[in-house]
Amino acid sequence: MKTYKMSKERFPEFIELVKTKGQLYGPVKGNGKYSFEEIKNYEDLDFDYQRTVMGPKKFLTPPKYPTLRFIKSGQADVFVSDEPQIVMGVHPCDIHAINILDRLFLGNIKDPYYEKRRNNLIIIGHSCFPDENCVCTSTGTDIVEDGFDLFFTELTGYYLVWVGSDKGLSIAIEAEEILTEEIGEEEIQEYVKWQQKRSNMFKSEIPSFKYLADIIHLNYDSKVWEQFGDKCLSCGTCSLVCPTCNCFNVEDRIDMNAEGGVRERILDSCTLPYYSMVAGDHDFRPDRTSRLKLYYTHKLKEYIGRWGTPGCVGCGRCVTYCPVDINVLSVSEALFEEVCELPEACDL
Amino acid sequence: MTLTTKEEGEHTYKAHPARIVAMKNLTEDTRYFKIKFLDENIVEEDYKPGQFAIMSLPGVGEAVFSISSPPTRTDFIEFGIRKVGSFTEALFNLNVGDIVYLRGPYGDGFDMESLKGRDLIIVSGGLGAVPLRSVLLYVEDRREEFDQVFFLNGARSPSDMLYKEDFIAMAQRDIIESHLSVDKDDTGEWPYNEGVVTTLFPKVVDRVVSEKTTAIICGPPIMYKFVIQELLKLNIPKDQILMTLERRMKCGQGHCGHCAIGGRYTCLEGPVFTYYDVQHIKELI
Repeated sequence: MKTYKMSKERFPEFIELVKTKGQLYGPVKGNGKYSFEEIKNYEDLDFDYQRTVMGPKKFLTPPKYPTLRFIKSGQADVFVSDEPQIVMGVHPCDIHAINILDRLFLGNIKDPYYEKRRNNLIIIGHSCFPDENCVCTSTGTDIVEDGFDLFFTELTGYYLVWVGSDKGLSIAIEAEEILTEEIGEEEIQEYVKWQQKRSNMFKSEIPSFKYLADIIHLNYDSKVWEQFGDKCLSCGTCSLVCPTCNCFNVEDRIDMNAEGGVRERILDSCTLPYYSMVAGDHDFRPDRTSRLKLYYTHKLKEYIGRWGTPGCVGCGRCVTYCPVDINVLSVSEALFEEVCELPEACDL
Repeated sequence: MTLTTKEEGEHTYKAHPARIVAMKNLTEDTRYFKIKFLDENIVEEDYKPGQFAIMSLPGVGEAVFSISSPPTRTDFIEFGIRKVGSFTEALFNLNVGDIVYLRGPYGDGFDMESLKGRDLIIVSGGLGAVPLRSVLLYVEDRREEFDQVFFLNGARSPSDMLYKEDFIAMAQRDIIESHLSVDKDDTGEWPYNEGVVTTLFPKVVDRVVSEKTTAIICGPPIMYKFVIQELLKLNIPKDQILMTLERRMKCGQGHCGHCAIGGRYTCLEGPVFTYYDVQHIKELI
């Protein structure tokens, strides 16, 4: 992987260069929370953040977007424009989340809408420090090796800039005036120390995360699910903020003049009522407990069976935003407590 | 494969316009639709019985339906659709000649090729006759590929039996040994068996050879329980009891998440599952 060094003073110039590549988005603070917003002024960018409310999935599988436009005489697909989007300041956990979305949407069956957005997205990562809700060391997503075009690690007065793709490399080559390949022992030492400092800052851990799939399996009939189900508000916040939650509904909307309309994809959540209801009003998961169980079982156990890694990247959004404290940390702690004394669990 | 031609650059959500060329009420609330694609290049033959298609009506939405015709009969595609929701309500308001949009086929259907040379027991109840009609007509058209074939069909009453005339004609053709039953004959004129579908089993059990029999069943949840009991009594292996299941679906290609059962997506790995799967996959039925 090619690595450059860039002085912080040159960063505004870099932003100007990147802006020529497409629409630029980055972390912006508003109402006490961060979100990825369009960057008009360099000053709006604020990299001193832990997590945005919604992850970068909003650039790839937005909460609501049209896929088809119809009029009385026929119908036509709606695709986003070809203009590239650049998202800056993406943390390692969110880059892992994009990798997870990629393997779903760009697997054997490619989703054309996702694919187009993905091909047009330039991802520029940024280093971060954790807060008490970050659990990415448990999920093994605290560092990234791929899934980004460029990645900035912020050190004293300068950045180390990692190149992760051909797209990233071509930007780096264009920015050769402001980048240098001269990285000496001093920088390497500082980077190592920075890494150690960051590792020591993690406060939270998911117990036995490595064995969570087995723990969930052993807990299939556990009363823990009911306890959480009783508390759950079925509000769907967890799915809205989760950077890997991608389930969608499809709905048609008719124009006000009734001449035509659009077919839209709308972010859905398995914790919402009617998620599993079929025609004739038969509901396979009528209660909150069964829906919540699906959410956590699918994310933490079934993903492993299908792809080898869980669907959680430890970003801490559910920990931060669930109004009733149901999150990957509280659920896995409760499940672990349920089985930690079982002989099967002792073998884990 | 594809029902819908997939031209260069065409994507998996592409729905093709098709015309309703015939329709007929099967029961009070269930209607037969015969549909033909406008694009003559689309050949309606490359699918498996048990697969489904997604139909859309602009402004109303999309809905999933089992294909009821067999891939052996080309030039049209048939559905048996019960009016149970807003989409079917709108669909039932259409007339012959009107246009619907179709994409598909989706799902893993019955692998008829792999059943060559075997005996089949096909058991349907109620609306379960819709997907199994595709199997039945396939078997009739390629009867030489199979050994003994029994068809047992149940309905609540003669007026509730889907494809009643078709099935009576099928029984008379006797290409497939067919037995029909109604739970209750409210007409007094029903010439066949009366009683739940399991009461038809005595007509065939003596001839069932368990090692070479595959059962294909589809019906209401209550039916599965009792039919499976009968099949197990006949020593039919659990992985040779095939059934097709229903789930909410929005995309048909494993992306929208609604049909997830554990780690499986019904739209990709189903809707056909075996009784062995049902026993080993939680929440399947």
